[in-house]
Order: sequence, then C-alpha cells, then structure tokens
Amino acid sequence: MANLTTNFIGIKSPNPFWLASAPPTDKEVNVRRAFEAGWGGVVWKTLGSEGPPVVNVNGPRYGAIWGADRRLLGLNNIELITDRPLEVNLREIKAVKRDYKDRAMIISLMVPCDEDSWRDILGHLEDTEADGVELNFGCPHGMAERGMGGAVGQVPEYIEMVTRWCKKHTRMPVIVKLTPNITDIRKPAEAAKRGGADAVSLINTINSITSVNLDSFAPEPTIDGKGTHGGYCGPAVKPIALNMVAEIARSRETHGLPISGIGGITTWRDAAEFMALGAGNVQVCTAAMTYGFKIVQEMISGLSEYMDEKGMTNTSELVGRAVPNVTDWQFLNLNYVTKAHISQDDCIKCGRCYAACEDTSHQAIAMGPDRTFTVKDDECVACNLCVNVCPVENCITMVELPKGAIDERTGRPVSDYANWTTHPNNPTATAAE
Amino acid sequence: MSNSPLTPGVVADRLPPAAYAENFSDVQPVLDRHEARVAADRCYFCHDAPCMTACPTSIDIPLFIRQIATGTPDAAAKTIFAQNILGGMCARVCPTEQLCEEVCVREVAEGKPVEIGRLQRFATDTLMGKGVHPFTRAAATGKRVAVVGAGPAGLACAHRLAMRGHDVVVFERRAKPGGLNEYGIATYKTPENFAAREVEWLLKIGGITVKTGVELGRDVTLDQLQADYDAVFLGIGLAGVNALRAVGEDLAGVRNAVDFIAELRQSDKAQVAVGRDVVVIGGGMTAVDAAVQSKLLGANSVTMVYRRGKDKMSASVYEQDHATGAGVRIIYGAAPVKVLGSAAVEGVEFAYTHDGPNGLEMGETFTLKADQVFKAIGQTLTAAPIAKDGAKLVKQQGKIWAGGDCAAGGEDLTVTAVAEGRDAAEAIHASLMA
Ligand SMILES: Cc1cc2nc3c(=O)[nH]c(=O)nc-3n(C[C@H](O)[C@H](O)[C@H](O)COP(=O)(O)OP(=O)(O)OC[C@H]3O[C@@H](n4cnc5c(N)ncnc54)[C@H](O)[C@@H]3O)c2cc1C
Ligand SMILES: Cc1cc2nc3c(=O)[nH]c(=O)nc-3n(C[C@H](O)[C@H](O)[C@H](O)COP(=O)(O)O)c2cc1C
Ligand code: SF4
Ligand code: SF4
Ligand code: SF4
Repeated sequence: MANLTTNFIGIKSPNPFWLASAPPTDKEVNVRRAFEAGWGGVVWKTLGSEGPPVVNVNGPRYGAIWGADRRLLGLNNIELITDRPLEVNLREIKAVKRDYKDRAMIISLMVPCDEDSWRDILGHLEDTEADGVELNFGCPHGMAERGMGGAVGQVPEYIEMVTRWCKKHTRMPVIVKLTPNITDIRKPAEAAKRGGADAVSLINTINSITSVNLDSFAPEPTIDGKGTHGGYCGPAVKPIALNMVAEIARSRETHGLPISGIGGITTWRDAAEFMALGAGNVQVCTAAMTYGFKIVQEMISGLSEYMDEKGMTNTSELVGRAVPNVTDWQFLNLNYVTKAHISQDDCIKCGRCYAACEDTSHQAIAMGPDRTFTVKDDECVACNLCVNVCPVENCITMVELPKGAIDERTGRPVSDYANWTTHPNNPTATAAE
Repeated sequence: MSNSPLTPGVVADRLPPAAYAENFSDVQPVLDRHEARVAADRCYFCHDAPCMTACPTSIDIPLFIRQIATGTPDAAAKTIFAQNILGGMCARVCPTEQLCEEVCVREVAEGKPVEIGRLQRFATDTLMGKGVHPFTRAAATGKRVAVVGAGPAGLACAHRLAMRGHDVVVFERRAKPGGLNEYGIATYKTPENFAAREVEWLLKIGGITVKTGVELGRDVTLDQLQADYDAVFLGIGLAGVNALRAVGEDLAGVRNAVDFIAELRQSDKAQVAVGRDVVVIGGGMTAVDAAVQSKLLGANSVTMVYRRGKDKMSASVYEQDHATGAGVRIIYGAAPVKVLGSAAVEGVEFAYTHDGPNGLEMGETFTLKADQVFKAIGQTLTAAPIAKDGAKLVKQQGKIWAGGDCAAGGEDLTVTAVAEGRDAAEAIHASLMA
C-alpha cells in the first residue's frame, strides 16, 4: 500500500490530512478524538493574546446552503477565534502533543498588529512542543473589524511585516494563512514569501451572506433581528480555493513555495486534486463538521488506493503533478476539436440536454419523435453544457476528432496546435514561427 | 419439454428449456456504477450507525458506502471483507429487511432504507471480479488447527486462522465445500456457481487445505483431531431434520425440503422432478425456498402451510411476498394431521389451529391435494459423537470451539455463522499465542 507519510516543511505526519484551525480543533477532547480517528495533524483553533478572551455570540453562528437530499454544500459562520483562556489552550496543546508525538501540531495565532504582541504570544508557545505556527490573516468577520485577521491579510505590506516579526521571534516553521477576500491571491503570497514564510495555507473563509429571512427581513444566521456577513466554506468553495492554490503554484514569483491546501475538501479525491495542483498537504474543516472525524478513514483508503493504481509510493510524487498543465487561456489549442456524443444505451430521455442546448447554447441537439436525442455534429461547438446537465454520468461524452478529420461545423480539417497568440483574428497576433 | 405443469405425478421437464434459465437467474442483479452512486448518495454516514450495530459481523457500513460514493469500490470491498470474508455471499442472502436495512435511519424515517445489501454486492463483486484477494498471511506460527465443516462458519474460521499465520486443515464430509451456500441457499440468490467461486477466492489466502469426503465420526474421530492439532473448530451445521410425527409421513412423494433443495442445487434444473400439486409444511426460509423453487420448476400448484400466524413466521415479510409473487399460496394457522394416500401421497389433511391454554389447539380440518410433500419444520444437530442428540454445542470446551448453526445461541443465518467462525478463530488465536 502507498505510503501516505508526509513531510511538510519539515513537519512529519502519518498522512497529509490535517484538521484546519476551527471548532474541530478547539479543545483537547476534540483533538484527541481526531487523532484516535486517524487525522495526521491539527492546526489548533486560533489563539489570541493573553488576557480576557474574546466572546462569541450566544445565538446561531452558522448559516448553510444545501443540495438535493439536504446535502450540506456551503457553510457560513460568524464565529471568532478561541473564546477560551490562553493558558488553558496552551496546557491542552502540550498534553495532547506529548501523547501523539507522531502527529503534526500547529498553533494558529491572531494578535494585534504590533511586534510586541507577536513576540509575546510566540514566547508563550515555547514549551508546548508544537511543530509550527500558522498566522491567521484570514477571518473575514468580527476580528477584521478590530484590525486583525482579514484586515491584515488584505494588505500585503502588513503580511510581510508580521511574517518577518514571527520569523525573528520563533524557531518554529511559520505558515501564513491567506484570505481569499482579495482580487489577486498572488500578492499576499508573494508578501508572505518576502517576509520569510516557510509556507502559505489557503483558503480561509469567503465573505458571504447565505440567506435572508423573508419574514423578518434579516440575514441569516440572525441574532436578535440582525445579521452580519460571515465566512463561507465547505464543498461550494473548493473551485475558488483550487484556482488560488494553482495561481500560487504556477506563478514565477511564488513557484515552489510550500502550500497547505484548504477549502471544501470532503473526499480523498478533493484532497488529491489540491495536491496535484501543488499543495503539499491539505486541511479540512467543514467536512469534519458535517460528518464527524471518521471521514478521514475514507480519505486515507481512497488516496492510498489511487496512489497504488498510479504506481505512486509517496505523496511527494503526486504533489504538483498538474501544475505544468495549468496555463493561460491564450495558450489553449484552438485546433483541438471534440463533439458531444450521446450513448443511446445510457440515455433516459429526460431531454435536459436538449433544453440546455436549444434554449441557451448552440441548437446542436436533435429530438426525434420517439424522444431520441442525438447531437448534430455540424452545429456542436463542444461547449460541454449538455454533459454537465445530463443526470446520467458518462451518458454524454466528448469525443475528440483525430487530426485530419473534417469538423462538420466548420468544414475544415483538424490541424496542428495553434493558439490565440497567432490567430489571424487576433489584432495583436505575432506571426507563427 | 415432454411434460407440462399439468402432467400428474412427480416428473421432470415440465417447462421449455429457456424457462428454466430465466426462472433460476439472478433474482436481483448487481447494481451498475451509476445506480450504485445514486444509492450510496442516500446514506447519511450516521454516527455510531444503527445499521452497523445490526450487522452480526459489524461491517462498517457507513464507511464502505462512502467509499462507493467516492468512487473507490475496491476500498469499500476491503472494508467489508475485513469484517466478513463471505461478504459476497451475505450481500446476496442476508435477510437485510430484518438486519441492517430494518434499522437504517432512512427506513425508520421514510420506509425506504439505504440499499445496503445491494451496495455490498456492488463493492464485493467489483473486487472479486478482478480476482484480487485483499489479505495476506501473518508470519507462520507453526500451529495447526483442524476445522470440521466447510460451511460459512468453518470457512470464516479457517480464513481468519490462516490470516493469523496458522496452518488449517478443513474436513468436509460432502463432495464440495461451501456448506449450505453450495447445497442450501436458493438458486436464484446465488446463480452462476457463485458459492464455489467464492470458496476458491477465499482459499487464495493460502495455508488452508480442504479435505472433502471426510466425515467426523466416520473417517476421523474427535480424539484423533485433538491429538493431532493444536485446536479444533466444529462448524458442522445441522444435519438432522425434524419429523412431522404424522401418519403417512413415510409415503412415497414425502421428502425433506433440504434434500430436495440440495439435489436441485447440484442438478440441471430440467432434470429435477417436481409434483403437479406440491404442499410445503413449514414457515422458515427453507420452506419458502422449497415452495418457490417448486413453482419455478413448473409445479402447477404450490401451497405452503404454516401452523401459526403470519407475524410468527420466521421467513420475513419480504420472503413471504417473494413467495406469493412467484405464485405460491400461503396458508397460515394450520397444522398437518395426516398424510393421505395408498402407494404414494395423494393429499394432506390439515387442521386449523388456534392458541389455547395448553398451547396450539387443533380445530376444523381440511384436505389439500398433493402428489409431493416437503417437510421443512426445522433442522437439528445429529452429531452423535460430540453432543447429546438435539442439544446444540457449547462455543468452547478445552481446545474445541464451535460456531454456526451447530452452536448454541444466535440466529441460524449465514452471516451469524460467519461472525461466529471469525470470532472463534480470534479466540483460538489468542489461546494459541498466550
Ligand atoms: C434451504 C435453506 C435456505 C437458507 N437460506 C438462507 C438465506 O437466504 N439467508 C441466510 O442468511 N441463511 C439462510 N439459511 C441458513 C444458512 O444457510 C445457515 O445458517 C448457514 O449455512 C450455517 O452455516 P454453518 O457453517 O453453521 O453450517 P452449514 O452451512 O450447514 O455447513 C456445515 C458443513 O459441515 C459439514 N458437516 C456436517 N457434519 C459433518 C461431519 N460430521 N464431518 C465433516 N463435515 C460435516 C456439512 O456437510 C456442511 O458442509 C438457509 C438454510 C437453508 C437450509
Ligand atoms: C466555524 C468556523 C470557525 C473557523 N475558525 C477559524 C479560526 O479560528 N482560524 C482560522 O484560521 N480559520 C478558521 N476557520 C476557517 C477554516 O479553518 C478553513 O480555512 C475554512 O473553513 C475552509 O475549509 P473548509 O471548506 O474545509 O471548511 C473557521 C471555519 C469555520 C467553519
Ligand atoms: S450542535 Fe450542539 S451546541 Fe450546537 S446548537 Fe446543536 S445541540 Fe447546541
Ligand atoms: S440529458 Fe442525458 S439522459 Fe437526458 S435526454 Fe439528454 S442525453 Fe438523455
Ligand atoms: S443507518 Fe442507513 S443512513 Fe445511517 S449509516 Fe446506516 S445505511 Fe447509512
């Protein structure tokens, strides 16, 4: 069986599955249960400065959206950092780490934006024997109003500055956790790198309002008639997170900077996708909050089965495998031609592909009198919409036209690779070599 | 087809050849990938899942269903086989409506359980279809264990012992291993020689020698086994059959249902003789299987008669519906008084029953026409050299362990036999390594 042992910036864990800093990692009792269930590591719920801890709301702090069968797809929260005293957290971290030496123990931190605050908190961690720290520059709500979390994460200069302080005041590896609430994720990543970060982790949650109560006219979750925006996470955010991870992995400035991938990871497959796009390991929050710690067992069995099938013996062989294949639109091959093909054996004749294509796409599906649906090759632009709306997996597939074959839509033969940069319609085209 | 359903007497060849193939084919074919995904998506991944508690082998059901949902059926199969090496057979024969699916939270809430049995079959078929055996043996311990009986209990025990590094010899009196998987279970639940293929796959673990045609008490004694082996496991099932204790029971045409089924399982179906009017006496799975398969062989009328009410019947409602759906008539609350006929059986006289102060009391009588009668009113242990007739075996005495139908306690089900065989193996392992 494949070896899932992972070495992430010198921090070893028996598998690449860590629990992200959040309620699942808020207490000794949870974390012990998590380790018993098989999690490779945890990032402890974010700690604040010494003194009276923050307080949370005492009404609902989560909102959600659901798919069919009430499957939770997106979760939004207005929770703050830990609301338990610093000493209690530190004592518990130490106790757990002592009993689980083979697991990764990372401490997440968020304190005011001055050097003394960061030096103080780092000093407090000295004898916990934790393996690293994560700087929470992400939380988009509550803490950001106090000039911390997302408020720092949106200003690259602050990120660089705080990272530098931390590298100066601790011997532990420093992971910088990025907020997605920014237009170009590469900028904060570059800042973290300049500040000396050992790695970045992303994404934290996305600013969101999940729903509005149409009787009380207030956003949900509603606290005494009012609501506020919260942080969005869960399966729904995965595509956003994947792109941000890929952007950092393929950018010339940040290429090679270790990444801990976070955002909507629910199954082994999600995890493998993040790793293929350059994440050295992954962190999970909502999936554990939805299904319990036991889901890690499926992640472990699934990833090792996949790696076995691919002949990979170490997770490092997977990390970054897809990065070279992420490119800009302008470099995509415009002479790659496919056509949708409907398997009549699998088709259940619902007509969704027809409605989608006829009403909103390229009028390329024909409907026969007996509800037989077929693709008109001379109209199909291969947009993939029918594939995505068909309720039967693999019923509609994209078939590649071989080189030399005539594309019935254009009447032209499929020719060699050519992209937009050399296309005659491109006013700024450079001549083909 | 030389005969028809209306041909009098007990004869073979009542149906056209194609009808036999159709009637005895897979009663519930395996789900395809898409169907499996859709079915798996319904599982809530319950905490401390009730389905898992209800499974006698404690398969981690939420985990294996999630593994199917995430496209890793091989991993799902490993999760199943880790608890139940006959998970393939159990997926086909378990009365899930009385086990895992009965307590599935979606059955309780909506009357529509997650299709656990069918999902289990999807996963196990996928891995077994690749010919992959997912376990390897631990380092050899040098210990040798004798297993008597190659039914589900014996096979599960042998496999687990082999996995733990012990060498196992299985003694089986029949010509083929498998126990009732091979000679009992209804054909349409396990077609295409699945029982034999499963045994072959199971033995791939290595370290297990199966000796067929060897009977304990005839060819080998328990003392010998105790002398030659470090431990002995008895998984000999129930070889005896309860008698009706009714006049006429010995007439030609009256037969034990289990013998009829064993013959049927081993024969070309067109060659199996069946009556025109068949009466089956009993209310368990054996009765249902004898009745349904008689109908499938072309009997014109098949009536199952059970002495108590529908709710007392040990065959589940699902099984009863399956029987009536196949054209079997079920009469509840009637007991046989005597079997009628001169040379061969011609009918059975029954009396309606009701509960009285001294148990079941007989009332008004009626007669059913019959040229074949199957007795299916329970099996007993007839292991004379080992136990007092009738009483089931204790699970452990000295270096002898017992499990499955022959052992005291537990339901007489394939899955229970597997659980007991596996657990006995672990107990034997612990005692040998102590
Ligand atoms: C007709 C019928 C249908 C059934 N249908 C179902 C069903 O759908 N689902 C379900 O869960 N259960 C069903 N059962 C019950 C199930 O088959 C049994 O509970 C299960 O097979 C018990 O396993 P076992 O290993 O204890 O015994 P068996 O399967 O009976 O195996 C015992 C083995 O020991 C051998 N043996 C016996 N004596 C000796 C000896 N002296 N020396 C050597 N070998 C010996 C026998 O030949 C046999 O191979 C059915 C039973 C019958 C009879
Ligand atoms: C209730 C809740 C509280 C969270 N608290 C923190 C926190 O204290 N510190 C932090 O860095 N991230 C926090 N997060 C963000 C998660 O660590 C994670 O980055 C985010 O949820 C995306 O991952 P997911 O889609 O797997 O949930 C929190 C998330 C949730 C749902
Ligand atoms: S999950 Fe627990 S703490 Fe939260 S609202 Fe429900 S019962 Fe209360
Ligand atoms: S959407 Fe799929 S199933 Fe429905 S008609 Fe089209 S091809 Fe057939
Ligand atoms: S009880 Fe039903 S829904 Fe719950 S885990 Fe078991 S199969 Fe899934």
